[in-house]
Amino acid sequence: MLLIECPYCGERPEPEFVYGGQAHIARPPDPAQLSAQQWARYLYLRDNPRGVHAERWRHTHGCGRFFNALRDTRSDHFLATYKVGEAPPQAAKDSR
Amino acid sequence: MSEGLRTANGGRIDRSRPLSFRFDGVCYRGYAGDTLASALLANGVHLMGRSFKYHRPRGVLAAGAEEPNALVGVRRDASRYTPNVRATQLELYEGLEAESQNRWPTLALDVGAINDLISPFIPAGFYYKTFMWPRRAWQSLYEPRIRAAAGLGRAPRLADPDRYAARYGHCDVLVIGAGPAGLAAAAAAAAAGARVILCDEQPEFGGALLSQDPRAAPRLEGRAGSEWLTGTVAALAANARVTLLPRTTAFGYFPHNLVSLNERLTDHLPVPPPEWPRERQWLVRAREVVLATGAIERPLVFPGNDRPGIMLAGAAQAFLNRYGVRAGTRAVLVTATDEAYAVAVEMQQAHVFVAAIADVRTGDRAAASSARAAGIPVLAGATVLGTSGRRRVSSIRLAQLDGAEPTTIQLQPCDLVLMSGGYTPSVHLFSQSRGKLQWDEGLQAFLPGAPAERVRSVGGCRGVFGLAAALADGAAGGSAAARAATDPARRGVCPADIPASSATAAAALSEQGGNTPGVSNALPHPKAARGRAFVDWQNDVTTRDLALATREGFHSIEHVKRYTTTGMATDQGKTSNLNALGIVSRTLGKPIPQVGLTTFRMPYTPVSFGSFAGPSRGELFDPVRTTPMHGWARAHGAVFEDVGLWKRARYFPRGAEDMHAAVARECRAVRGACGIFDASTLGKIEVVGPDGVTFMNRLYVNAWDSLAVGRARYGVLLRDDGFVYDDGVVARVAADRFHVTTTTGGAGRVLAMMEDYLQTEWSELAVWLTSTTEQWAVIAVQGPTSRRVLADLVDIDIAAAALPHMGVANGYICGVPMRLFRVSFTGELGFEVNVPADFGAAVWEAVWAAGQSYGMTAYGTETMHVLRAEKGYIIVGQDTDGTVTPDDAGLSWAIGRNKPDFVGKRSLQRPAMQSPDRRQLVGLLTADPQRVLEEGAQVLGEARAAAPVRPLGHVTSSYHSATLGRSIAMALVAGGRARMGETLYVPLEGGEVLPVQVASAVFYDSKGARLNA
Repeated sequence: MLLIECPYCGERPEPEFVYGGQAHIARPPDPAQLSAQQWARYLYLRDNPRGVHAERWRHTHGCGRFFNALRDTRSDHFLATYKVGEAPPQAAKDSR
Repeated sequence: MSEGLRTANGGRIDRSRPLSFRFDGVCYRGYAGDTLASALLANGVHLMGRSFKYHRPRGVLAAGAEEPNALVGVRRDASRYTPNVRATQLELYEGLEAESQNRWPTLALDVGAINDLISPFIPAGFYYKTFMWPRRAWQSLYEPRIRAAAGLGRAPRLADPDRYAARYGHCDVLVIGAGPAGLAAAAAAAAAGARVILCDEQPEFGGALLSQDPRAAPRLEGRAGSEWLTGTVAALAANARVTLLPRTTAFGYFPHNLVSLNERLTDHLPVPPPEWPRERQWLVRAREVVLATGAIERPLVFPGNDRPGIMLAGAAQAFLNRYGVRAGTRAVLVTATDEAYAVAVEMQQAHVFVAAIADVRTGDRAAASSARAAGIPVLAGATVLGTSGRRRVSSIRLAQLDGAEPTTIQLQPCDLVLMSGGYTPSVHLFSQSRGKLQWDEGLQAFLPGAPAERVRSVGGCRGVFGLAAALADGAAGGSAAARAATDPARRGVCPADIPASSATAAAALSEQGGNTPGVSNALPHPKAARGRAFVDWQNDVTTRDLALATREGFHSIEHVKRYTTTGMATDQGKTSNLNALGIVSRTLGKPIPQVGLTTFRMPYTPVSFGSFAGPSRGELFDPVRTTPMHGWARAHGAVFEDVGLWKRARYFPRGAEDMHAAVARECRAVRGACGIFDASTLGKIEVVGPDGVTFMNRLYVNAWDSLAVGRARYGVLLRDDGFVYDDGVVARVAADRFHVTTTTGGAGRVLAMMEDYLQTEWSELAVWLTSTTEQWAVIAVQGPTSRRVLADLVDIDIAAAALPHMGVANGYICGVPMRLFRVSFTGELGFEVNVPADFGAAVWEAVWAAGQSYGMTAYGTETMHVLRAEKGYIIVGQDTDGTVTPDDAGLSWAIGRNKPDFVGKRSLQRPAMQSPDRRQLVGLLTADPQRVLEEGAQVLGEARAAAPVRPLGHVTSSYHSATLGRSIAMALVAGGRARMGETLYVPLEGGEVLPVQVASAVFYDSKGARLNA
C-alpha cells in the first residue's frame, strides 16, 4: 500500500486513489485529421519504463481531483506529485 | 511424570503456578511461563514430531520461531483446532491439549516411517522421474497418495468461530524486535520525543537477555542485565508516546514503510474471554523503521544430525536459563563458535554432565580454556562420523580427520548433543523491504546493504554481536531514526539519507571474539560415514539431495531450492538456507555471492487466515446497498439478486410459484395492465453549467444541441476506442442542466470518465458533475393503465399531448417534488417517477395503493429483462462486451453525424470498424418455440462441423417470453443483419444442436404503437 501525496490533500494511503495511466498524453484536438497510425499511437501506445514514470492518479475517495506524479518504477517511490497542467518538476526528474 | 530435569531454582517460569497439560493424550505438568517444548523437555520428552517426508522421529532443534521439527496441533474444541504450531512458541496454559502430527497410529510407532527405509529410492525430485505412467494416474492416484504420505497438520473442518480484529497504526519509529538492541533503540527514540511502536513475537520482552545465565551476564549501563531489562521495559510502558506490542510478529514489509503485524491476544489463555478478538492484524505506517530482529544460530550438518536430543546450543541455553530445564543429562557439544563454550560451562554448572566438546575448527582457542578449567575435554579439529539412537540420541562418534582418514575416533554415549554452527543475521524483513543484501566474507553472513525504504538495522541482524555492542548500536539507530522521523524538513518516503549498513562498521562495533563466523557448510566426513546429514529439517533435505541436484544441472540456488525443496517449508529455511548455500557453493566451486540467495517472502512465520480476513466476513464481507423501497420489497416476498453491491428485487413469487411462473405472470401484468418496478439503482449524474451541452456533445455520441428543455433522449457513451461503454436516458431539465442516467453497474465508472475528461482534457469548460444516484428514488410505472394510475397522484398534466414519449416534467406527486420521465424500458406506455430518496418508500406505497384498482403488479429485474428483450433493448455488459460498436448493437441511429468530434468518433472511422462482417446484434428464433437457448452458447453456420470450428457469434440474451408464447434470444452474429431468415445452429451441452432462425431483435410491437400510446 503506497503512500501518495495528493497535491491538494497531502499524504494519503493508496486505497484512496485510482491509477490513471501515463501522464502528459493530450487528446489530439482534431482526431479526424490523424492517420490511423497516429490515432492508434495516441490510443494504445504507452511507455513502460524501468525508472522514472510520469503518470496520472486520481484522489477518488478524497478530493476527487486528478493529478500527476513521477514514480520510480524500480522502487515504487514517488519523486514528486504535481497538479494537472503543471510541468513535471525537472529537479525530481533528474534526481535519478 | 517426574520433573527431575527441572533445575532447583532460577529461570523465568512461575514455580508457584504449576499447570497440567496433555500431549498426545498423556497428562504432564509444567509451569506458567513454560512453552510446550520446555515443559515436555522437563518431562523428558524429546520426541515431538515426525518429519515431513521420511517420517523420522524428531525433537526440538531450536527454542524459538525458527523451530523446524516440533510442530503440533492445538485443540480447544471441535472448531478451534490450530495445526502446525511451533511447540517452542506455544505458551503453556492450564488444560492445554496438543497432539503430534504426520504420524499414524502413534508418534512412537509410525507406519509412515517405512519411507525412511526406502529413502534411497525417493531422493529429491523422485516424483518428477517416477510415476510417469499411466499418465492419468498421476492426478487420480499418485499425487493424492504422495500428498497424504507427506505432510503437516490438518486444518479444522468447521468454520472458525473466533473474532479477528484489524487496525491501522501510525508512528514515527517502529522498532521490530525487543531484544537488547531493539529495547535500546526504542528507549533512545522515545527519549528523543518520537512516537514509538515496539513489537516482539515473544510474550516477554528481552530477546537474548531472557536466555542468559543471570550470574554470567555482563552489566548493562551499570545494572545487572535483568534489572536493566525490567527498568527499560517499565520506562517504555510508562511513556504515553510508546506502544508496546508483545506476542506480535512483524511478518510482512510493504512499500513506503507499511509493516504488517500479527498480534495474538488469546491463544495463551486457558479460557479466552468470548468478547476478545483472538488476533489483531496491524498495518503500521512508520516514518522510520528500526529492525532489531537478531540472529539465528545455525545447526551443523553431519551424518545423523536430526535425532531427538540433538539441538542448537543456544536452544539448550534458553531451556536451561529461561525455563529451568536441563535438556539432557549427558551432553556433547559440537561447535564452530566460541560462544557455545559458555553454554557448555553453564550446562556443566547446572549438573548436566558434559562429556566432550568437539570444536570443528583447528588450533587452540582461548574460549577452550574456560571449558577445560571446568573439566570438560576439548577435541579440536574434530568432526562427527555419526550418531545413534532411535527415538533419542544415545551416542555420537567423534573423530579427527587426517586427510580422508578418521583418527582418534571416540564413541561418546550421550542423550543430548549441542551444536553451534554460527549465527545467521535475520535479514528477512530487510530483504522483504527490497533492501540489497551484501555478503560479508569475514562474518560469513549476508548483511543489510543499501536500503530501499526508510529502515535501519541494529544489533545482531546487521552482524553486531555482543550485548554491549548491540545496546550501543540500538541506541544509536533509535535516536537517528527519531531525528529523521521528527525532522520538520522531512518529506516523502525515499530513503535518500539513510546510510547503508557497513559490515566493517559492524565488525568494529562487535566485541572482541563476539562474532565468530562459524561454518556454513557440511562438516567433512569420510565417504564411508553412515547416515544422512540433514540440511533442511522440515522438508527432509539432505546433503545428498543437494549433491544430486547440482549433478543434474541445477546450479542456481533458486533452481536447487525448487528441485530439492530446501528452504521451502513453513520455516522458510531459517536454520537451513545458509548451509544449503554453502554446500552448493562448495560443490560448484563458486563463491557464495555468485550462487545467489533465495528470496525472503512474507510471512516471516505463518499467520492464520482469520487474521487476514479480520472483520471482513459474513455480513461485513462487502458493503450492501439497498434502495429506499427495499423494506417494501422484502415485506412482499421479493427474491433478491446481487447487482454490484446492490440488492435488487428479482421477482415477487406468489404462493408456490417458481421464478418461471412468477416472471410469466409479472410480464403478462405489465403488458395487460400495469406494473411497478424499483429502478432506483440506475446511476444518475447531474451535469450542470453553461458549457453542459458542449460537454455532453463532446462525450456522448448524440447531438444534444437539438434536445429541447423538457425532453429526454437515449444516450450512448463510447470509449475513445469506439466501443460502447455505457448507455442511458439523458434528460435536459434546464438549458444548462442535464439529468444523465447510467446503467446500474456503470454509475461509478461513467462519473469517473466524465471527471477525467473534464479535469484533464476540457478544463476550460464550466461544468460541474454531481452523482445523484442515491438522492433520487425511481419508481417505474409501466403498462397500458399506468397513466391512469399516476394521473390522480400528480399535480401536472400527463396526457399524451402534454407529456409525450421521452417527455420530462417537474411537478409534485402526493405533495412530494418530482421529476417525471415518460420513458419506457418495457415497450409499454410508461413513466419513471423520480422523487427525493427520503420520500421513495412513501410515494411507492401511494402509487401501489392507487394502482390496485388498475391491476398493478410489482415486478422485478428478471421480468424487466424479459420485457426489454422482447423489444430488442440492449443491456450494456450483457449484449455488449467491450468489442461492440454502436452500429454492431444497432444503435447507429443515435449518433450525431454532423458533430465534428465526440469520444470514439475517430475510431469508428477505421475500416475494420465498418466491416460488414462484424458481429451484429440480431434476434434468434428456435425452430422449437419451447426450447430456450443457453446464454453464452456459440452460434455456428453448420449443424455438424469438424473441429476446430470458428463460431459465427454467441447468444447474449435468452428468455422464454410469456407474451409471445415462445422463446426469444439475442445474439451477436458475424454479418448478422445480412442473414435475416437464415438458419444457423446452436450446440448445447451434451452434443445436441438446435437450429435457429435469424430474425430482427425487436420481437414485439416493432412499430412502437404501445410505447407512444
